[in-house]
Amino acid sequence: MVAPLQNPPHPKERRLLFANLARPDFTNDIACSLKHGGYEDLKKAIKMKPADITAEVKTGAVRGRGGAGFPCGVKWGFIRPDNTKPVYLICNADESEPGTFKDRYIIHQDPHQLIEGMVISCFAVNAKLAYIYIRGEFPEGAKILEKALDEARTKNFLGKDILGSGFDCEIYVHRGAGAYICGEETGLIESLEGKRPYPRIKPPYFPAALGLYMCPTIVNNVETLCHVKHIIKMGGAEYAKLGRPNNTGTRVLCVSGDVMKPGNFEVEVGAVTMGELINDMCGGLKPGRKLKAIIPGGSSAKVLRADERFKLKSKDADGNPVEKEIGIEDIVLDFDTLAAIGSMAGSGGVIIMDDSRDMVETLANLNEFYAHESCGQCTPCREGSLWMKKITARMVEGHGADSDTATLKSVADNIAGKTICAFGEACAWPTQSFVAKFREEFEAKSKPTAVAGDGHHDEPTESEIALAGVEQ
Amino acid sequence: MSMQVPADFEAKIDAVILRYPVSKRSASLPLLHLWQERFGYISPYAIEWIAAKLELEPINILELVTFYPMFRQKPVGTCHIRVCRTLSCAMAGGYGLMKQLCEKTGIERPDHPDHHDPIAVSSDGKWSIEFVECLASCGTGPVCMVNDDFHEAVSPEKIGELVAHYEEK
Repeated sequence: MVAPLQNPPHPKERRLLFANLARPDFTNDIACSLKHGGYEDLKKAIKMKPADITAEVKTGAVRGRGGAGFPCGVKWGFIRPDNTKPVYLICNADESEPGTFKDRYIIHQDPHQLIEGMVISCFAVNAKLAYIYIRGEFPEGAKILEKALDEARTKNFLGKDILGSGFDCEIYVHRGAGAYICGEETGLIESLEGKRPYPRIKPPYFPAALGLYMCPTIVNNVETLCHVKHIIKMGGAEYAKLGRPNNTGTRVLCVSGDVMKPGNFEVEVGAVTMGELINDMCGGLKPGRKLKAIIPGGSSAKVLRADERFKLKSKDADGNPVEKEIGIEDIVLDFDTLAAIGSMAGSGGVIIMDDSRDMVETLANLNEFYAHESCGQCTPCREGSLWMKKITARMVEGHGADSDTATLKSVADNIAGKTICAFGEACAWPTQSFVAKFREEFEAKSKPTAVAGDGHHDEPTESEIALAGVEQ
Repeated sequence: MSMQVPADFEAKIDAVILRYPVSKRSASLPLLHLWQERFGYISPYAIEWIAAKLELEPINILELVTFYPMFRQKPVGTCHIRVCRTLSCAMAGGYGLMKQLCEKTGIERPDHPDHHDPIAVSSDGKWSIEFVECLASCGTGPVCMVNDDFHEAVSPEKIGELVAHYEEK
């Protein structure tokens, strides 16, 4: 049902993971995969020492593509060398960060690439049992993966004594059931244990130490696991030449919103700027429209305002610190630059908004998402996300109150940093950044504008006022 | 409340449990999916049966059904529609898609459905609909699912065709 990517690669693209995805002659069965070099890298890896594979991945320095950007090889290295418990590997295919739509295409159109990357990774960390945790809303993707795993089993790429190496490995598909929080790795693990996906507190529950069934567990994103295959193919040092130092490899940017040609673009990390992405690769904005805002790394990333100036610190040729100021179109799309300007590369989901968009409505949409998806375990997040949703919903309907802008900021400030998992930040950052950067729009709606006497005007309650005052 | 669980269904369930050699409890979600696919929704009997099968207390299963949005405790229409509500689809016309789908299928959906019971069903039981959060196809919005089928870029002119397609089923 998913249409193949129609666009041939843009000249600025560098397709590793998506190399087979736009080809009309490429199908997702194992025969086609084998014809195009599928499982050759597994054959190579299975003859290596597991520690050498990990070393290559460390040299390749690929950073996790799920959101946090943590170096994959370092994560693997957290498994204690003296560990005697079974090790598990989980592929996080819960793709659910709004604005992100890359894993769907890999799973549907090139599932064997993922399976190959997983078996190599399992061999490297000595995991004999692995699961692909795929979001419940991908029923067709789950079927495609089941079929691909069966095919891999018949070819002995999976199962007992893989390719005569003596290594046994089994992978199963596990479907989620519609909860965003399952993308958080410890929530995912709880879910895979058959429980509500309440994230675990870290420390002590770092998955590499106490993960699935309290055993060392590696959780990696679909895209990250695919990169492992390419690191083995190219060698870590060669792979690390792609992209920029500390921002190596390629990554898939998912562009949606107000551009002429939204879609996926696989580029070397940091090879394009925001301006090039929008104007060259996505065909620019819609006719007559001006850029207003960009969410650069999935809905949780802090929003950027089109006329904002960003200060970047770097060093000149002599090593002296220099500061330069750039505009939104000059932002280099890599992990470090987006972090330096106060947002994040996150999951690669870039949402473009033009001047037809109302920022209060936009935030109201996101707040409804986060209120729906808060797992409810921590009070600041459970109460705060719902509270922020209620405020922005009534502002949109013309029932704002004078204190709303301040209350929004205060509630968000009291969630971030005060929860067990990063969902707290994920739900606070949009509100914090939208309110700070588009304050005039929020203040304009922080007063009742609906027709008087319709009975809907919500004055803030006493407890709301009291709580909002805490930080003021 | 008891019913005979078909043998072929139980065999399928037993096969799935084997995928979780460390803990049968891990099979809770897969079993709920299998039950819902077969019988349409999770009944009180389903909760008792699955709990017994996995040697758990019924509350261990009920707490999953009430948490995970995809599980439902009431029947839905023969054609169940999920419309993506989240930002990129909303910007591409997701709310309009919801409105028009309701009109074309004769579903009366409240503007603010109960959070715990978000599904609206047509009076003839043929159709049901709900908003869901991001379906991960933000570049081709607005998107929706009808049962397990995914539909992208459902522009207003395509809605009639989409409904007609399932009307025949």
